[in-house]
Amino acid sequence: MRTVLYILTTLAVIGLAFWAYRENYATQAALSRTDDLRSDIRMAHDRLSVLRAEWAYLNRPDRLRDLAELNFGTLGLLPLESYQFGAIDQVAYPPAPVLMITEGVDLSASKVEEQQP
Amino acid sequence: MIRTPLRPLARILEARASGRNPDAIERENIRIRHEQMRDAARQRAEGRLLVLGLFFVCAFAAVGARMGVMATSEPSEPRAEAAGAMIHAARADIVDRNGRLLATNFETHALYAQPPQMIDPERSATELARIFPDLDVERLKADFTGARKFLWIKRKISPEQMQAVHEIGDPGLLFGPRDMRLYPNGTLAAHVLGGASYGKEGVSAAEVIGVAGVEKYFDGYLRDPANGNSPLTLSLDLTIQAASERVLRGGMKMMNAKGATSVLMDVHTGEVISVVSLPTFDPNDRPRPMVQGDASDSPLFNRAVQGVYELGSVFKIFTAVQAMDLGLVNADTMIDTSGPMKVGGFSIGEFRNKNYGTISVSDVIVHSSNRGTGRLAIQVGAERQQSFLKSLGFFEATPFEIVEAATGKPLLPKRWTELSAVTVSYGHGLSTSPMHLAAGYAAIANGGFAVKPTLLKQDAPHLGQRVMSDAAARSARDMLRKVVTSGTASFGEVEGYSVGGKTGTADKPKKSGGYYEDKVIATFATMFPTTDPKYVLIVTLDEPVETSGDKPRRTAGWTAVPVAAEMIRRIAPLLGLRPAIEPVALEDIKLTSN
Repeated sequence: MRTVLYILTTLAVIGLAFWAYRENYATQAALSRTDDLRSDIRMAHDRLSVLRAEWAYLNRPDRLRDLAELNFGTLGLLPLESYQFGAIDQVAYPPAPVLMITEGVDLSASKVEEQQP
Repeated sequence: MIRTPLRPLARILEARASGRNPDAIERENIRIRHEQMRDAARQRAEGRLLVLGLFFVCAFAAVGARMGVMATSEPSEPRAEAAGAMIHAARADIVDRNGRLLATNFETHALYAQPPQMIDPERSATELARIFPDLDVERLKADFTGARKFLWIKRKISPEQMQAVHEIGDPGLLFGPRDMRLYPNGTLAAHVLGGASYGKEGVSAAEVIGVAGVEKYFDGYLRDPANGNSPLTLSLDLTIQAASERVLRGGMKMMNAKGATSVLMDVHTGEVISVVSLPTFDPNDRPRPMVQGDASDSPLFNRAVQGVYELGSVFKIFTAVQAMDLGLVNADTMIDTSGPMKVGGFSIGEFRNKNYGTISVSDVIVHSSNRGTGRLAIQVGAERQQSFLKSLGFFEATPFEIVEAATGKPLLPKRWTELSAVTVSYGHGLSTSPMHLAAGYAAIANGGFAVKPTLLKQDAPHLGQRVMSDAAARSARDMLRKVVTSGTASFGEVEGYSVGGKTGTADKPKKSGGYYEDKVIATFATMFPTTDPKYVLIVTLDEPVETSGDKPRRTAGWTAVPVAAEMIRRIAPLLGLRPAIEPVALEDIKLTSN
């Protein structure tokens, strides 16, 4: 009986040690993956902030104004004026769709009667 | 354990036989038993003390060991906690009210040299001078071959320049990462943003610190790593700021002015939507402050908050509105504006020595009569005038959130005599900045509540204490409207926006005392639409001259007003204001039946 207990205990210790060993490696792997992800996030952040800065730089009002003036021929953009405000009741309803007559049926029956003797 | 009986029969019998007292045996046994009990208790107590002592030794040893480990080990980023990712080390961005970037960071590199590691210092120096033409070859050579172990070469370099330096291939030329403050819109809102520079510099990082404007005012907030992801939201609107700057720059050129400034303020919240001061500068490359000459000639000078001048007739409306608020007059009360008028030994004159005769209070404002306003001020009295102007914020520097605002302290008369009251009533003797004036006009525009100008976006109206009655404010607005429809600001009419305002032309003071004959500050203080004012706009031109006529014209009606009108024409649609057909004043109903 005691021998069985000893063997079982030893096996349990070996099993737990194996489990701890594996957990340790899994934790290390998870941590290093976290590090990688962190560094990816940081790089993405940096890239995003550079892109944002570039977007702001390319959309600076001076440049947009110059571009609008350069491309006036095609775009015809002018500063917003007060008369360009519209009211909702100035917008017309869409015209009612016109029904298309595709298969007309001739209904003038009078001629037919005349032809009969 | 075998208990020893207290009275062992054998010894008792023996004692009795020998005639001794048997009780002595019992006492002796009791004593021995007590001693045994005492020894046992002491031993247990000592054992407990030992355990407790061991526990404390272990605990302190653990704390000490942990401290030792922490002190000697390299700090490492906490890797297992998820919250660590939220900390963003860079300086926070600055954005406008719609979230568009005004200031952000950009990663660049700094170039430094370690001469002891250099292979060919002479060639490196020549090559460097070829890449950066502003470097001095001889000095570089002297530095590289001398005793120096370390020197900075360039604070910020572009990726192209970095590549070129890489291609020199000298191991003694090294790069350190640098966060650079970038203002993508260039000169836009330069005076508000101010600029940034480096504080403490190390090889691997440098501190970015604000040197002026909002960057310096909110330096603590912007530098706090906890705010790295929450940008500072200003009340400025990028589009409107750009349009205002363009119109004002054009106006300044056309009117041959030396400088110009404009302030656009929301009258309910005190938010400044755009503030322009010309000439301007590029905060990416902030010029050095001038060390001699007049500070106001420097582009760094922020005219909107630092330009403290006597602003002239724009102040007249404050006198009128106070007189109406106190119930001394109403808009139709007749005032004698004929001369001569002497106060404290000085005679008060009119513009070009005109004489308007007896006119209503409304016409005093419309014609901008000095004597008329002066007489109103005498009725109001110096004391009440002072407290009224104080409540509008004319006695202190504006609380506008840029560091320069604190230097724009108004200049007040030393003693507030009756003469001061009269001159202040038409805007002389009290010097203020355009920002003060905007706050004052905002109080009239919003129906009588004091307003504090602010640069931060507000979510709800911030009305201060009531400084005048709604009725007085409304009459004042009608007067300001009349100034545009039939008074000195006739060029200020913008169709659909019911502009009301007051012009002011003040002679510039000489450094040596007295006033210049041909240098003026022309101001137009305006609000729109007067039917339900939403915005106040102040336009000030420094030394404008309008030369289209036979004689040069300098009055605000010819210079500042057309510029302000053009500005309103441009920005009112951008502010989302629809043009409105003004309600026509109803004719009085007359009973005609007999």
